[in-house]
Amino acid sequence: MNFALTEDQVMIRDAADTFLRESCSSEAVRAVMATDAGFDPLLWRRIGQELGWCGIAVAERHGGLGLGPVELMLVQELAGYRLLCAPFFASACLATSLLCETADETAQAQWLPGLAAGELVLSAALDSDPQAWTNTAVVAQADAQGWQLSGLVPRVPDGSVADRLLVVARTEGELGLFSVDCQAPGVSRKALQTWDASRRFAQVELSAAAAQRCDAPDFPDRLRRAAALVRLYLAAEQLGGAQRCLDLSVAYVQERKQFGRVIGAFQAVKHRCAEMMVRCEATRSAVYGAAALAASAPDLVALEAETAAARSLATEALHYCAGEAIQLHGGVGFTWEYDPQLFFKRGQASAHWLGTPQELRGLIAARLIDSGELA
Amino acid sequence: MNLNPTPADEAFRAEIAAWMQAHLVGKFAVLKHRGGPGDEDAYPELRREWEQVLAAGGWTCVGWPQRFGCRGLSIEQQVIYHEEYARAGGPGRMGHIGEGLIGPTLIAFGNEAQQQRFLPDIIAGKVFWAQGYSEPAAGSDLANVQTRCWQEADGRWRLQGQKVWTSLAHESEWIFVLARNDPDSRGRHGLSFLLLPLDQPGVEIRPIRQLSGSCEFNEVFFDGAIAEDLVGEPGAGWQVAMGLLAAERGVSTLGQQMHFAHELKLVIKAAKATGKASDPLIRDRIAQAWSGLRVMRYNALRMLSGAAGADEASMSLGREALIYKYHWSNWHRDLGELAMAVLGPLGDVPAQDIDVLRLQQVYFFSRADTIYGGTNEIQLNQIAERGLGLPREPRPQ
Repeated sequence: MNFALTEDQVMIRDAADTFLRESCSSEAVRAVMATDAGFDPLLWRRIGQELGWCGIAVAERHGGLGLGPVELMLVQELAGYRLLCAPFFASACLATSLLCETADETAQAQWLPGLAAGELVLSAALDSDPQAWTNTAVVAQADAQGWQLSGLVPRVPDGSVADRLLVVARTEGELGLFSVDCQAPGVSRKALQTWDASRRFAQVELSAAAAQRCDAPDFPDRLRRAAALVRLYLAAEQLGGAQRCLDLSVAYVQERKQFGRVIGAFQAVKHRCAEMMVRCEATRSAVYGAAALAASAPDLVALEAETAAARSLATEALHYCAGEAIQLHGGVGFTWEYDPQLFFKRGQASAHWLGTPQELRGLIAARLIDSGELA
Repeated sequence: MNLNPTPADEAFRAEIAAWMQAHLVGKFAVLKHRGGPGDEDAYPELRREWEQVLAAGGWTCVGWPQRFGCRGLSIEQQVIYHEEYARAGGPGRMGHIGEGLIGPTLIAFGNEAQQQRFLPDIIAGKVFWAQGYSEPAAGSDLANVQTRCWQEADGRWRLQGQKVWTSLAHESEWIFVLARNDPDSRGRHGLSFLLLPLDQPGVEIRPIRQLSGSCEFNEVFFDGAIAEDLVGEPGAGWQVAMGLLAAERGVSTLGQQMHFAHELKLVIKAAKATGKASDPLIRDRIAQAWSGLRVMRYNALRMLSGAAGADEASMSLGREALIYKYHWSNWHRDLGELAMAVLGPLGDVPAQDIDVLRLQQVYFFSRADTIYGGTNEIQLNQIAERGLGLPREPRPQ
């Protein structure tokens, strides 16, 4: 057993750090947030085609880098730290997890190479249900022409810019995975205006939209595994955001002077910063641990519980640290001009996908107390 | 990152588990899960005997070098040892101060004569040690030691003063003490690190009754007591003591977590018995406690492997190590509160059922967890100063 990052993992992290530091300054991020598209196509092309990040968790036989949850988690942490505005989470984390974990070989061979190369943007429904995707409102029907989907998908991250959607739909009492071309007739997308402008969502209405069915056998269990991974990647992003709030705060309290000294010298301020660091590091341990577990072919119950724990901690850490960052910045913390507000909004907007902290702890409690599957 | 154990690790784990299963039986069976913090005055005689059983099996001082006749286990193997010891319910170690604190100090700072004199009895589980640092005026401000020491014409060192919060002094044969050899010195300078037997006319031990009713701590008074030895140079005691505190943050944390995991199991068992297991708020807190345990485990693995946190290279102690004590002590205090919330009225009466009594002890004793070994407030200072580079609190020079 070894918990240290490998040399390759450190290299990936450091390269991502350098790239995002240069390309996602506060000014750059704010400029992109103000655009209609909500992302910088040039930056996105570099991420996909130069850096290969979209293929981190994709197998080499499908044109990916053949790495795994640890590497993707590391990049996601930094993406959250820099508030990267790009369909990276939607395509490289959410859709990739669904495709790799739950889709059949045909669909994987069909879509993963384009996705891994960053040439194709895929997305999927993201809802607040801890029973991820299983309460879908979309219904699939088959006729001589093939499958058709109808129903509303209320939230699709980067749905307006996606080329294809992966949709979980109900058909005759069972669930299936379907792939839909966003340009197909019967697909209507409406961009949502959200408080958090750093990640865009669309509402997608499907009316007898042609679809390709692609779920692999044992789909329900596979869906649980995919949900666990998506929670991990969201947690990593939130961890990065929490860390950024801490770093912004520490920099500010070391520069702002009142009563003749920097406010960071007052214990009341120091202790608040220290408490933020405790939460960041505790969350980091949980997130890194869950990623290492995910990379070691764990059983489903352990993977679900540990990613749920990491995700709950990360949600709460980001909310806490963003709130503290506003408080520690004093008056300017409440302004549009300073950055804490961006993380406060991202924190709220990312708090409930695939389950709130309370709901996720409910999942853990059920396994721990009722079924005894967890020790 | 690789969480999968090697076949050798698995075999080693099985070896310890089997040994514990074969030996923690018969008269020793009552010791299972006993003698930990808050319960250290349980069965002292039997636990002394247990130390010698452990020693006979070669299971004391497992991380010490082989030249002292020990196993010289790797960090990973020591972790496995501590985990399996605790998983089997291995009792709180009477010898932990000798094994975990003074032994490593003598190995690092002692001379060969001192190593030959003191280490074998620690390894054999025969001689137990107490720690004499804290004083009435030297708590969080540990360097404010007032206990005096001086050298007589015949070369012997004597002590005058008082130590407090001395764990198990009444069950120990020896004590190591930080005392001031230079009366004009202040703070970290002018201190010496002395070794003395407790059974002598100049030493008086008075137990301190804790809020939990038990007496694990003592006051120790020195009135011209004779120290038989001194580690390091006179005046260099602070450096020796700090080297020792560094050893305190070690591999045994993984064993501590196994005890915590056992306590959480007892909470769940109690919740099922009282019906609280169906209360959504209690369920949420139980899941939170479980999550906290996962944090502790991975945090400890990060500490042990020096794994990556942000900017770890710029700090002598990793960020995860800086938060560790604050995190576990507050987690444990929360667990105690959860336990009492689960017990309800059953918590009001000292329980006959040892599993319930344990939870009551956790509730009471965990109030000490956020005080000893660096209070919450001192921990937050250190995190802010050493982890975040914020301005330091004023300190006497």
